[in-house]
Amino acid sequence: MSVSASSELPVSSAVAARAGRFGVYGGRYVPETLVAALEELEQAYAAADADPAFHAELDDLLHHYCGRPTPLYFAKRMSEQLGGAKIYLKREDLLHTGAHKINNALGQGMLARRMGKRRIIAETGAGQHGVATATVCALFGMQCVIYMGEEDMRRQELNVFRMRLLGAEVRCVSTGSKTLKDAINEAMRDWVTNVRDTYYILGSALGAHPYPTMVRNFQRVIGREARAQILEQEGRLPTAIVACVGGGSNAIGIFYDFLGDKDVRLIGVEAGGRGTALGDHAARFQKENGGVPGVLQGTFSYVLQDEAGQIAATHSVSAGLDYASVGPEHAMLHDSCRAEYTSASDAEALAATSALARTEGILPALESAHAIAEAMKMAPKTAKTDILMVNLSGRGDKDMGILARELDLKGAKV
Amino acid sequence: MPIEFKKKPGIVAYLTAGDPDLATTREIALAAIDNGANVIELGVPFSDPLADGPVIQRASQRAVARGVRLTDVLEVARQLRAARPACGLVVFSYLNPVVRMGMKNFCAAAAAAGADGVLLTDMIVEEAGEYLAEMKANGLAPIFLAAPTSPDARLKAIAEASEGFVYAISRVGITGTQQNVAGDASQLVARLRAFTEPRGIPIAVGFGISNAEHVRAVAEFADAAVIGSALVAMIEITKPSQAPAAIGRFIAGLRA
Ligand SMILES: Cc1ncc(COP(=O)(O)O)c(C=O)c1O
Repeated sequence: MSVSASSELPVSSAVAARAGRFGVYGGRYVPETLVAALEELEQAYAAADADPAFHAELDDLLHHYCGRPTPLYFAKRMSEQLGGAKIYLKREDLLHTGAHKINNALGQGMLARRMGKRRIIAETGAGQHGVATATVCALFGMQCVIYMGEEDMRRQELNVFRMRLLGAEVRCVSTGSKTLKDAINEAMRDWVTNVRDTYYILGSALGAHPYPTMVRNFQRVIGREARAQILEQEGRLPTAIVACVGGGSNAIGIFYDFLGDKDVRLIGVEAGGRGTALGDHAARFQKENGGVPGVLQGTFSYVLQDEAGQIAATHSVSAGLDYASVGPEHAMLHDSCRAEYTSASDAEALAATSALARTEGILPALESAHAIAEAMKMAPKTAKTDILMVNLSGRGDKDMGILARELDLKGAKV
Repeated sequence: MPIEFKKKPGIVAYLTAGDPDLATTREIALAAIDNGANVIELGVPFSDPLADGPVIQRASQRAVARGVRLTDVLEVARQLRAARPACGLVVFSYLNPVVRMGMKNFCAAAAAAGADGVLLTDMIVEEAGEYLAEMKANGLAPIFLAAPTSPDARLKAIAEASEGFVYAISRVGITGTQQNVAGDASQLVARLRAFTEPRGIPIAVGFGISNAEHVRAVAEFADAAVIGSALVAMIEITKPSQAPAAIGRFIAGLRA
């Protein structure tokens, strides 16, 4: 079946102009039971967003509780070794709980509290969104249930312990591929069943309207800070910005305030996994490898799928990028060519992890290491006057088990 | 072959097509029709059935693993139409397989197979503009879900967009069997009637309807009962060769 046939999802220009649409992408494709809740959420979010007191409290917590603004760090040794552009790292890894995910979890947690919802559910892949959500629930005294795939619980076990320590209940999801997609299915089933008293804190710029817009807005702070910081430190904008793309929240968060700066290249890095066959990667924008527009979990975007429209299995060494679809705003930026999307393999991400650790003393999350890998590929081809800005979305402590095995740290051969 | 519930209450039988295999699905559907089911809902198995409980999830997973596709399900529909010209036939699917085939191609193929209507689990009225146009162009009845959480304004839009019948969800939740028919159901149907009655569109109640007692309870306030997970669960534990007869007996007993 051709790609054009898949784009036949009925979207008129009138529809495309509606809230919740990013070009033809996005929308709200959910079971009827959830529609009223999504409408309530849309209204509550609009009211909160228009309320200066909401923003004042959010900014205060982001500053005093989470540690914002995060530094924009010039990675001098790495830049020199690669011999090209100056590489700057936006240090979301230094944020409370260790990744950008808390920006969104905190915002939505405040919204849930404002809406009077006391029971919080969330999905998690790498466990970073689960930890961030559990943290916010502890802070606000709310009940917290986290859905996590069995495979992800195994490979991100430290985060499972953290969530439990924070008082959350972690529910193991053993259906399908036992990863992020299946955790979202299960969280949505919970939400459909308990929609009257439960708030679903979705962890990426995914899902039905208003989630992709709301999550992006809570993550925008990354790019807003980074733009001011680079102007202050360099007096000019970067040549390119590089970010890893799972669901797409850290990437859209850093891209958003640069969208109007047409000379700034925006580069999203997907998980290239272990090969190009369907099932071996999570590179949704690689059309020849199975990524075509479709509907998964509430939104119309690029989806890895077979010819019959069944969602494909995915693979990545990083649990946070191991997902068959991608946020709809990225689908629009892809089609309009405002952003470029490429991929880094498991092996490249692992190599980038040790490279950054050894040249800069920074241990990136395996997700973020995909962005580092792309920067390492690009840098030697750039001029010394160029500036590459990389979103270091999280820290790698959670990955020590995988790293110990994959990089043979036990044998001290590295 | 319009969808009709002449004998009240009507019975709508949901089957996950291709579980245990396509030929058995066809035989089960024929047995259901011959024992009083007015409408067969042929469920297209999907890898990510997020509105379904464990029973239909498992059936879906088995059928997907066997390689059952939307085109195979349409072929079963074609065979059922040929064998039982008067039965009601609805294709029940998540959106993605349909999007992959292309909305235009799908509606034409469903009509050519002899389906009367289509129900897309994750298609809501606000997003349905072109879907409705294609359905209309092909003479197919779009059936929408109505939920206890849907406010009256949405129920109105759902009733106005639906043909054939409106599928009222008996309770807030996913598919699966339950002990009692929830109080939610009669209230929802009462609210919905205000909008379906002027158009003469019947209301079927589903989710958790699993025995004759439930069907009697539904008959008090609705036009038809949808039996889904109960059938799929029975098929799961019955030998394929015996499943058609077992389902036939079960359906025959529902109006007792
Ligand atoms: C550190 C880190 N970076 C990136 C991601 C990918 O998510 P997103 O694409 O929404 O930023 C995750 C997800 O778990 C993560 O933990």
